[in-house]
Amino acid sequence: MTLLEAILLTVITASTPLVIAAIGELVVERAGVVNLGVEGMMIMGAACGFAAAIMTGSTFIGVLAGVGAGVAMSLIFALLALGLAANQIASGLALTIFGLGLSGLVGASFIGAKREAMPKLDVPVLTDLPFVGPVVFGQDPFVYISVLLVVSVWWFLTRTRAGLVLRACGENHTSAHALGYRVLRIRLFAVMFGGGCAGLAGAYLSLAYTPFWSPGMTAGRGWIALAIVVFASWLPWRLLMGAYLFGGITILQLHAQGMGVRIPSQLLSALPYLVTIVALVVISRRRSGWNAAPGALGKPFSRDY
Amino acid sequence: MDQAVGSAGSTPLVAMHAIVKTFGDLVANDCVDLDIREGETHALLGENGAGKSTLVKILYGLLQPTSGRILWRGAPVSLPDPKAARRLGIGMVFQHFSLFDAMTVAENIALALDDARAVNDVADRVVEVSRSYGLPLEPGREVWTLSVGERQRIEIVRCLMQNPRLLVLDEPTSVLTPQETGVLFETLGRIRAEGRSILYISHKLEEVRTLCERATILRHGKVIAACDPRTQTAAALARMMVGADVGAARKAAGALDGPVRLAVRGLSLPAPDDHGVALREVRLEVRAGEILGVAGVAGNGQGELFNALSGETPAPDAAAVVMDGVEVGRAGPNARRALGGAFVPEERLGHGTAPGMTLTDNAILTGHATHGLVRRGFIDRAAAQAFVDRIVAAFDVRKGARDPAARTLSGGNLQKFVVGREMLGDPGVLVVAQPTWGVDAGAAQIIRQALVDRALAGGAVVVISQDLDELFEIADRICVMFNGALSAPAPADGLSREAVGLLMGGHGESNARETQPCAS
Repeated sequence: MTLLEAILLTVITASTPLVIAAIGELVVERAGVVNLGVEGMMIMGAACGFAAAIMTGSTFIGVLAGVGAGVAMSLIFALLALGLAANQIASGLALTIFGLGLSGLVGASFIGAKREAMPKLDVPVLTDLPFVGPVVFGQDPFVYISVLLVVSVWWFLTRTRAGLVLRACGENHTSAHALGYRVLRIRLFAVMFGGGCAGLAGAYLSLAYTPFWSPGMTAGRGWIALAIVVFASWLPWRLLMGAYLFGGITILQLHAQGMGVRIPSQLLSALPYLVTIVALVVISRRRSGWNAAPGALGKPFSRDY
Repeated sequence: MDQAVGSAGSTPLVAMHAIVKTFGDLVANDCVDLDIREGETHALLGENGAGKSTLVKILYGLLQPTSGRILWRGAPVSLPDPKAARRLGIGMVFQHFSLFDAMTVAENIALALDDARAVNDVADRVVEVSRSYGLPLEPGREVWTLSVGERQRIEIVRCLMQNPRLLVLDEPTSVLTPQETGVLFETLGRIRAEGRSILYISHKLEEVRTLCERATILRHGKVIAACDPRTQTAAALARMMVGADVGAARKAAGALDGPVRLAVRGLSLPAPDDHGVALREVRLEVRAGEILGVAGVAGNGQGELFNALSGETPAPDAAAVVMDGVEVGRAGPNARRALGGAFVPEERLGHGTAPGMTLTDNAILTGHATHGLVRRGFIDRAAAQAFVDRIVAAFDVRKGARDPAARTLSGGNLQKFVVGREMLGDPGVLVVAQPTWGVDAGAAQIIRQALVDRALAGGAVVVISQDLDELFEIADRICVMFNGALSAPAPADGLSREAVGLLMGGHGESNARETQPCAS
């Protein structure tokens, strides 16, 4: 295996949880809701997914448990931010803090436990192709699921009526309500989808990426996912690009540190974040006329006005 | 005046019986009866806060009545949501459009259609329907790129695509230019010729008199009268609506020889963004005691002119704008306020006031520079409240709580508050944009009179308005804004509407650009 192959493989695995978590949050934000609890939902997905997999011995049940934990966490957020029209920023932050704490409790007795990582796909012939084989056809199922998710979300948002209605709720909830759409119900589904995706991304971390549990193992990936949504200006295909750019730089700076590049490692570690800032500036300078953000983003909706 | 409810001959298309709607202690509709016959154009008249919007929202299923019945062709129906209303054949054109700015015309229309059709099919139908009613629309354009008139077309076309029996229009002309209004009336004529009923809500009494066969007049949530508006004078209708006589504002008749208080000298500004208009060599002079009216079709640079006068957009050089002899072209709004300037922008919510903030907070936002509401960096709450109380008393602002959030006030009352806030300090230079936009007759009269009084007291007043009636009523001189340039002002007496109309269309100018597409 060449170095380039190795780098590409690690880039893809590092980017996958970002893609999954970010595409969920993208749907949430296109519906007009900001859920800053991605990190909390993700780590609960990691803890519950790992715990369930250890107890049942089934990776599949572990994944389901991770998704379920993410959805359950998102329902707490939905109760606060949608049901009670509480401030979405505060509710999301609270959810993250809550998730980080609760996951420590759930995972406490599983520290030190080890599982086999989820097996990589092995397609006869194709996987044996030089270079293309291991990179494109030798990944774990999550990688394909993440790309499939992005394509489905793109198709859903731009090609289906339900997607149109969801975007309408995010654009102008007062108008959507005036046309007779159930804004809160639609947003609830979006928030649950976002929770499920965050849980799935968490389960990927503890079941495939690094197959063990350690507290705080999401290490800020939930926040990066949030940044990627803005970076992508709420467009699915650009989100895929952004997540891979992010994952790529994370891995490259690791390799650079390993090769003894004479730049302080702290600076290299900060590189992905610097790149995000630069990219955000470039994008916002190029855009003129109107803001790409959904019009009703972050505004609570209640039926009374 | 016939008070009879229902018609003797046939069953009305829709009849609302004894509708009561309460919000807490407030009775918005108090036992209201309204019936609309097949094929008639029915006017619903009333001041802001009279309960028109509430009644119409109940008819469209957006609100549920506290009590009362709705009959559709004689059979009782319940309207739990707008879908139910649309299924019966009720279409609604909202006053504040229910459009999605970042979406295309076709997407906006698809959202209002209850059968799940592909957006592409909708686009074809949109072209077809909009052509047949003389309302051209490009389905692929995004809404934020369109003019107000074009946006209204979207609302109307999306109602028509559902083949409604009853079309409800809430203040449709309050945002339109005279030309656009003409197009709308042609369209309404076609709709009526197809035998559809129209419920027409408006403050503009002349429109109601030319358009409608019957009128129901609401005041304080009750039906005051039902009549044939064609047999009434506008004054009589206004009297029924307001409950008191409404007179025209007395015009300032003094000679225009006072000192120049506001001057703009050859001001040119580039367009602020892709959708803005560049100001081209704008010149104007307003003397003490004068009201200068600026007419023009929306989007010809009026907003940019207002921002340049208020200081929101600084001029390239200080001498371009002069207030009372002081060059203020580079000064910001607060500096200009400190020199006796006052500014009322077109948009009440969002520009004139911060919607979620209380009236005292909003008063402080502009009044801190001039009314002593801030002492040593701290806000003087008592002074701010007293300031608001004075505005409320002077301009008859009606509100529930003592210090409510700005957005809870009705349009007319909020406008009175904004005008009052700016005028209470007796400003030497007053610039107002669309002062009576969407404001009921009573409030509009109070505001116009206040503008005239300010001029009589020696102020220089600039009124930017699309309402020609208003300009001819109060302005001493009128000029027209077209494509970023201002025509030479002419005395309002002896000026014909035709002449102003031609200037508004860009005639009399060599490089007239294409005006908005109008129906032929």
